[in-house]
Parts: sequence; structure tokens; C-alpha cells
Amino acid sequence: MPKVTVDGIEVEVEAGSTVLQACEAAGKEIPRFCYHERLSIAGNCRMCLVEMEKSPKPVASCAMPVMDGQVIKTNTPMVKKAREGVMEFLLINHPLDCPICDQGGECDLQDQAFNYGGGRSRYELNKRSVDQKYMGPLIKTHMNRCIHCTRCVRFSEEVAGVSEIGAINRGENMEITTFLENTIESEMSGNVIDLCPVGALTSKPYSYEARPWELNKVETIDVMDAVGSNIRMDSKGWEVKRVLPRINDEINEEWISDKTRYACDGLLNNRIDTPYIKKDGELKEASWKEALSFINQKLENKKTFGGLVGQLVDLETSYAFKKLFKNVFNSELVDFRQKDILFDTSNTFNFKFNTTISKIDEADFILLVGANPRLEATIISSRIRKAVKSGCKVFSIGDPGDQHYKFKVIGNNISILDDLVFGNISESKLLKEAKNPVIIIGESVLKSEISKNVISSVQTLLKDINKLDGFNILHQSASNVGSLILGLQTENLQKVYDADVLYLINADEVNIDKKNNQFIIYQGSHGGENSKIADVILPGAAYSEKNGSFVNLEGRVQRSYKASYPPGFAKEDFEIFNDIAKSKGSNHGYSSFENLREEMINEHKSLSIYDEIQPSDIENLNIERHVKKDHLIEINNVDYYQTNIVARSSQTMNECKLAKQQPRKTGTEN
Amino acid sequence: MLKDTDRIFRNLYGDESFNLSNALNRGDWKDTKEIIAKGKDWIIDQVKKSELRGRGGAGFPTGMKWSFAPKEPTTDRPHYLVINADESEPGTCKDRDILRYEPQKLIEGSLIAAYAVGAKACYVYIRGEYVNEGKVLQQAIDEAYEKNLIGKNAAGSGWDFDMYIHFGAGAYICGEETALLESLEGNKGQPRLKPPFPALVGLYGCPTIVNNVETIAVVPTILRRGPEWFASFGRPKNRGTKIFCISGNVVNPCNVEEEMSIPLKELIETHAGGVIGGWDNLQAVIPGGSSMPLLPKKVCDNILMDFDALVEAKSGMGTAGIVVIDKSQDIVSCISRISRFYKHESCGQCTPCREGSGWLWRMMERINRGDAEIHEIDMLLEVTKQIEGHTICAFGEASAWPVQGLLRHFREQMEEKCSNLANRKIA
Repeated sequence: MPKVTVDGIEVEVEAGSTVLQACEAAGKEIPRFCYHERLSIAGNCRMCLVEMEKSPKPVASCAMPVMDGQVIKTNTPMVKKAREGVMEFLLINHPLDCPICDQGGECDLQDQAFNYGGGRSRYELNKRSVDQKYMGPLIKTHMNRCIHCTRCVRFSEEVAGVSEIGAINRGENMEITTFLENTIESEMSGNVIDLCPVGALTSKPYSYEARPWELNKVETIDVMDAVGSNIRMDSKGWEVKRVLPRINDEINEEWISDKTRYACDGLLNNRIDTPYIKKDGELKEASWKEALSFINQKLENKKTFGGLVGQLVDLETSYAFKKLFKNVFNSELVDFRQKDILFDTSNTFNFKFNTTISKIDEADFILLVGANPRLEATIISSRIRKAVKSGCKVFSIGDPGDQHYKFKVIGNNISILDDLVFGNISESKLLKEAKNPVIIIGESVLKSEISKNVISSVQTLLKDINKLDGFNILHQSASNVGSLILGLQTENLQKVYDADVLYLINADEVNIDKKNNQFIIYQGSHGGENSKIADVILPGAAYSEKNGSFVNLEGRVQRSYKASYPPGFAKEDFEIFNDIAKSKGSNHGYSSFENLREEMINEHKSLSIYDEIQPSDIENLNIERHVKKDHLIEINNVDYYQTNIVARSSQTMNECKLAKQQPRKTGTEN
Repeated sequence: MLKDTDRIFRNLYGDESFNLSNALNRGDWKDTKEIIAKGKDWIIDQVKKSELRGRGGAGFPTGMKWSFAPKEPTTDRPHYLVINADESEPGTCKDRDILRYEPQKLIEGSLIAAYAVGAKACYVYIRGEYVNEGKVLQQAIDEAYEKNLIGKNAAGSGWDFDMYIHFGAGAYICGEETALLESLEGNKGQPRLKPPFPALVGLYGCPTIVNNVETIAVVPTILRRGPEWFASFGRPKNRGTKIFCISGNVVNPCNVEEEMSIPLKELIETHAGGVIGGWDNLQAVIPGGSSMPLLPKKVCDNILMDFDALVEAKSGMGTAGIVVIDKSQDIVSCISRISRFYKHESCGQCTPCREGSGWLWRMMERINRGDAEIHEIDMLLEVTKQIEGHTICAFGEASAWPVQGLLRHFREQMEEKCSNLANRKIA
């Protein structure tokens, strides 16, 4: 490993790293704008100039590879002058609108101008003005502020896989634009806002909402999909103003999907903040006392009880719900499935994403079976794209549509899996030769009719080449894996739906065919179609308003934290369960959230370890005998911006959906 | 004065046709097969011995550049030869005359150079404005293909060699070798970061040697007449003959091939008919294309035209495009116009040049109009220093140096213009 001297400190860094990384290893801070760890090196901002012995000019440290024996200086007058010079150039055409700029307070340019700038302005001429560009309903542009670092251009090309942001014109007339000013066709587009070191690209829904120092910041977990991206929720008072990614290399690196970032305004709309009772066919506001006694009265004479938890429900709530059913209603009919789907719960291996998200990078063969990663789990799609860039081949059974990377559809029948098993097609040779094969099964092929067959075929395939850990299930909702671990998958789903009393916890993704005399309780944070048909509505807290934990698709348990508080008369779900038990005359209940979590962990030991993946018991994995089957794959249509009740309540998500429906500009219209 | 028999470009003025038969009469393609038969190492060694330095502006030793290419191309990484014919430097038009009157010299040189660096394909990147020159070159290439001088088993040498022309779209920056490669690949013409240098990672990521038209065109003659002959001209390290382009306030603007290290005064007086109004009417000379700092008359009296002498005088040889400015010209206005050119041609990739070149031009305009305050002259100097050496490519220097040259030698004129403002304010 090459040794480099930085300001007299000798450091050893990995071969192939840059001088900037060596400086950081020596504890020296190097200012930069265009350099970003996860993007290619552009070297165009020239802010990271350092002095290198034997070089007459200062060198751009971000682009200079380390060589043994280099002597770097970062604190000489030459470096100071170079930084001041570059900073002055960056500022001459940058508007002085910091007081009204949304980036103000968390702006790289502001911070670095303060630390490395010359502290005075010599430029007396007019500043350049640049037209605003349309980038869709998520990204607001202030192109006057752009410093042309091209991070957004590199992100869209390299990570998002869409060449929709670029630079046109030359010299001081250079402009960053979406060319035809279309909405960016990517579910990752919001990340350019974080990448932008200045206020040129800012969040449209968040514009002029708050100043960063006024916000209450809570580090938590995203529940918009099953990936479990690490996020930070910034709230002001009751309102969650924005969602930002946290770095977690195991999961989301530094990116989050647009739904994760922007659906947060759904937490403000459509909220249930008081109980409702249906009287004479009409829902009327009621007090908690009235609602509970109404429930008590109606539950008499009812025989069967069914419970259904929704997509965004945390482990603790699901657990407490199950216990409520068992101890108070004397029923086991609690499920989480809102469509025809069947998981194999005989071993946790059978319903997890066993490759793990970070190992997708190393894959050299990926087979999608009825999966659409781009819309079902955007972050996973970005990982696949990363693998593709380093030479991975992607195949798909069933056509999921554009994924922003190249892949080949090798059929749309699950019988192709049998062909692969028996080596009938050319791809099976590729699979056999692969070092790190990954097979991803989507929810679309887990319909009860074919689920077992698909799982056993894929496991047989992988077992044959001794690469069993390439078996992956791509879940779509945050509560799936947790619910499976808690044992919420009942034998007969229809029994749940047909019960005399149907108790829904924020479950709004399924159309319920209400029977005569069926009594429906809807408990949740948001109103939707199912709350309309309910006989009683109980206001619950949203996931952002209580503590909890979620298991992501890899089987990683992560805690989410309270970033806000429930509105109106809404309560945390387990408190409502306590009240119902009490009104039924039972002494079942939990004194506190901690008490609830403790009891759950006692029963499910695997849920006690956070942020790590629990290995599955592969030794005892029982692979079912393979039976050949013909079945056409239809990949479920994912309405990306509307998948859950929070997203459906979000104005921004609605706008995104509408924007996607607009015809794309072609440049040939008038 | 260079003897006619020592001239490499016998048809520099287009007295004869460019076609192949005339070129053969002038000695092109003589013994090419034998030259190639002597091997790569011999060719590179001969070029090294001739002390030929790149004619495109930077003056990098050509033989050394060729030796940087990896020894043997691999199947997945072929080598490329790229000819830089994007001659856009104001005051320079030497490549143009080579392209239209002596294209066979370029084609033959390309074959030899390509063989020496292991390239089977050569791309000629011609500036878009050279439409006719490109057509001529294409005709010449077609003729050479017909006579099997290039193509499969080119000139009987056993080496397969293809030559393609690519027209640029007229951006000055595409004359910078890495921006040229980007443009050739179909991307926005913006210079790449170096290292890695094109000799290792160039066109499509493969080893690529980029040379100027003139550099390549002189190679066959050097190899035929021997490096000693070539090295007999000029001072040590500044050997050979060179085409000088003399323009501006001279009686007879022209391109002329002369030996290196010829005194500037002799060059202008012998070939360009002298400065208009006599040598004493000379104000300044830009010796190497618009990007080089100008030289005032007192320096011009004795300066030799070669790389080292001009660097000593704080200017540079550049492309040897000599622009003569006599006393009738407003020198501040001249340099301001050059600044405008660089502001217009900056690619916009890196900060100092993108933001600085425009600022420079606007300050120059203010000074030229007499709207500037006197302290702005110092500021101008500082801004040029902030650009110079801080950019990705040499464009930063190119925009800063002309202004620096002006400040070095003609500061009084600038101060005089500024003092008018002071006077106006008092009045």
C-alpha cells in the first residue's frame, strides 16, 4: 500500500485511492463541491486543490491518484490562495439570496465560503441570470444558484440510469437542464436535491416550509416499501416537513426512493382524529367512551372474529393485536395478506431476501421471476443496476417493463424454471457458471395456486449448483416479513374475511365485500375506502407518531421512532387494544410500550437483535419435491405512487402520478 | 534562410496539384515499405534522435510520446492514432495548407506513426470550418486507398491501416487533445482529467496517441533524410524546420517554412515584406497564436523563434502563429478582443475558466472603454493569476496569458485609459 505524507503526517492508504482520501485519512478536511464518494470523479469545481511536491501547479486532490512517496501540503499559502480564488469565482455569479434560499443553513457553498473564502467581494458587474427549468413536481430549480458541479448529471446517469439531466451550452452560458423539460423518469430523482451542494435543486413540496434549524430531527426507518431504508424525519410542531436519507451501506447507501422522501405530506391529510360510529347508515363523530360501549354492545352474540393488519403496521402493534384476539376474542384468525398470496413459513429462509441487499453488488447473474424491482423496491433496483455496471447479466421471467438497466426476458411462463432446472435453455449454462447467482421472486408469482411450485423450483435450481443463498423473495410492504415471523399467516384467509366481526388495522389495500350482519371495526391513522364501510372507526397513530420496530425483507429488525404525535383524539394502537379489552371486562393489557416490546421479545427471541440479519436455519431446510407446472406469469401492475394509504393521501404523490400520465415532450411540438 | 532543397513542404503554396501523382513526384511515399520494415523501435529511435517536438503548441518531444504507448496492443484494447486537425488558434493556419496542398505527407506520416505505436486505425479530427480541406483530404485518402498505399497491407508493408475523417463542430476547446477524444466519442467536448494520459487511456479507453498535423506530416521526410539532417537546423532541443504563419500588420502575410531559432525580425522582414511602415512602426508581436503573451518591440528586436528562447522571454512558441501589431493599433482593444474569444470558447466545465474568462473580458472592456478605476488593473492581474494553473486543461493559461502579457508590457496604456475616468470624475 502506498505511503503518502500529508502536512508531515505519514499515512498509508489503499492503492487506487485518491489524494483527497489520503488527506482525509490524515485527518485533514478538504473542501469540495463536485466530488462525491458514490459518483464518478469529475474534478471540475477545483475547490479541492492541494499542493503536491514536484508539481508547479496545485493539483485537484479528488482526481489525483496516490503514488508512493507523494508529499502533500494542505495548509500552505498557495493552497489558501487557490481556494480563495476558486471560491471567489463560484460566488461572482451566485445570487445573494441566502435569506430566502431553502438550502440556507445547510448549504455547502455557504459553509465553505465561510471557512475558505476570501471574505470580501470584488465583483461589481451584473450577475448572470439563468432561466428556471422544469424537472417535474418534486424538484424545484433555481438555476441562478447552480455552480455546475454536475453531481446531478452524474447521479442521473450512473445511479438512476436515466440520461435525463445534462448540461447544454458552453462556458459561462453552460446550463444544467432536463433538455426538453420533462419530468424525470426515475423513482430515485429526489436524491439530486441532497446531492446539490447549493440551492439550485431543492424540494418543491418543502419549498419555503421551514428553516433547517427549526426542525426536530428524528432518525428512523422508512415503511413505504419492504426495504427498510434508513431515514431522518424532520418535523416542525406536529407536521413532518421532510424525509431525508441516512447513510447505511447495508441497505440504502445514501439514496432513498421518491415515495420514501415525498409521501410524508400524506401524514397530514386525510387523518382520522376522532372516533366515528355508524348510526342509521351514516358515520357520526363520537367520543371514545361512546365508541367503546358501541363496540361492546355490537360484539355481543358475534361468534367469529377476524383481524387484518395493514402494510404499515409495526411489529409491536401486530403482536398486541394477535394477543388481543387470542385472549379477549378467543380467535386465531389474524392475517396480514390483502391479496391472493401464499408464503412458505416452514423456515424463515423461505420468505426472506437471503442474498442480502448489499451483496447484490457482487452478483454476476440475476434472474427476476415475476418481479419488478424498479417499482416494488426501488433501492434494490439501484443495487441491481450497480451490479449490471460491473458486468452482471440480468434475465427475467415475465416482462416487468423498463428497469433502467439492460435485461433479457426469457419467457413468461413459470415452466421456464423447469427448463432451467433441466438445462434446456442457454441461460442455464450461465447460471451454472455464475459465482454469485441471485434469483429474485416477486409477489406476483406467489399466488396460492403456484407459490409452492415456484419456491421449490427455484430452491432446487440453486441447490443443484450449491448456491442456495441466492434465493430471494421480494416483498412489497413493510409489515410482511414481521407478520410472517409473528405467525400472522392463517391457513384459510377467506375465513378471516368472512368472520362476523372484521377488525382492520389500517388495512385499506383490499376491497372488502361486506356481508349482511358483518360488523367492521376500522382502526387506523388514515381514512380510505375501507373506513367508509366500517361500522366504527377508531383513530390510531401513524407510524411516525409512535415507537415501533419493523423487519425488512432481508429479515433485519430495525426500530422506528416517534417523530411527531398523534392528532386529535388518536391514540397509539396498543392503548386502544387495552381499552377494548377493559371494556370487555378482560384484564389483558400492557402497562407501557416497553412492557409490550419485552413480552414480544420473550416470545420471539429473533426479534431482540436490532440492525443485524439473523441467519436462517438452512441445515433443516426442507425443499419440496419439484413438480413441473405450466402457468403464465402476469406481473402485478404497481401503481408506484399510490401503493399505501399514506401515499394515497399525499398531494405530492398524486401530482407525481398525474405528471407521469402527461405525454412526454419530444421537442417537435410548437 | 532555409534552402529550397531543405524544405519539407515543397507545395506549401499550392503551386502544384495535391493529387497523388504530383505528390509522388515530390518524393512522397518513397521507400515507405523499407522504412516500416526497419521496425517500430528504429522509427521511434530516429524520431527521438531528430529531437522533433510536437508542433501543436505544447512542444512535447514526439518520439517520447510515441514510446509511452504500451508495447503490444491486446485484442480488447486496440491502439489508436488520432490526428489533431482542429486548428482553431487565432493567427494559425499552417495545418490548413498541409491539408489542402500536401495531404499525402500527412497520410504517409500517419501510416508510419500508426505502425510505430501499434495502431491500425487513425482518426483525423478536422475542425468543422475546414470543409474544403476535409474534402481534399478525403480525396487524397481515396487515392491512397486506390493505390493500396493505405488499407490492407498498406504500401506493401504488411501492416493494415485505415484512416477516417471526423469533422468537428467548430469548438476551439476540441483542439485540446482529451476534449477532442470526448468529441470524437460523441460526447460534449470537455477536457478529461489527467492522469491517466491518452497514451494509456484514450479513445474509448484504449491507448491513443494524439498528434498535430504538422508533427505527423514531417515524420516521413525525417526518416528518409535522416534525423541528423533534421537536427542540423535550430538550436539544441529546438531542432528542425517549422511552418510559421505571419499575419497582422505586415506587408505580405504568409505561411513560410523556416528553420527553428530564426530571429523574429529576419523572419518578418525576409518573408512577410516587413512591418507596415517599417520595423520602427512595430508595437508588439504575438509570437505563438493568440494564447501566448505578446512581446513588445524591444524584445522583438533580438528574439529567436524557438521554444526555449520564447519561454525565456515569458511568452511561448505555441503554434508559431505570429501576429504582428503595429503602432496604429489600440493594443488594449486587441487583447480585449482576444479575451472575448476565450470567454466565448471556454467549455464551462471547471470553475476558474468558466467564471473567470467572462470576468476577464468584462474588465478588459471596462478598461478599454475607460470606465474602469485604476485599482481594477491590479485586480485584473490577480484574477488572471487565479485562473492560471487552477484549471483542468491548458485553456486557463490560454485565457490568462494574453492579458498578463499586456499587463507586463503595456500597463501605461491601460493606466492612461483608466485615468481618463479619474479626470472625468474630477470634472
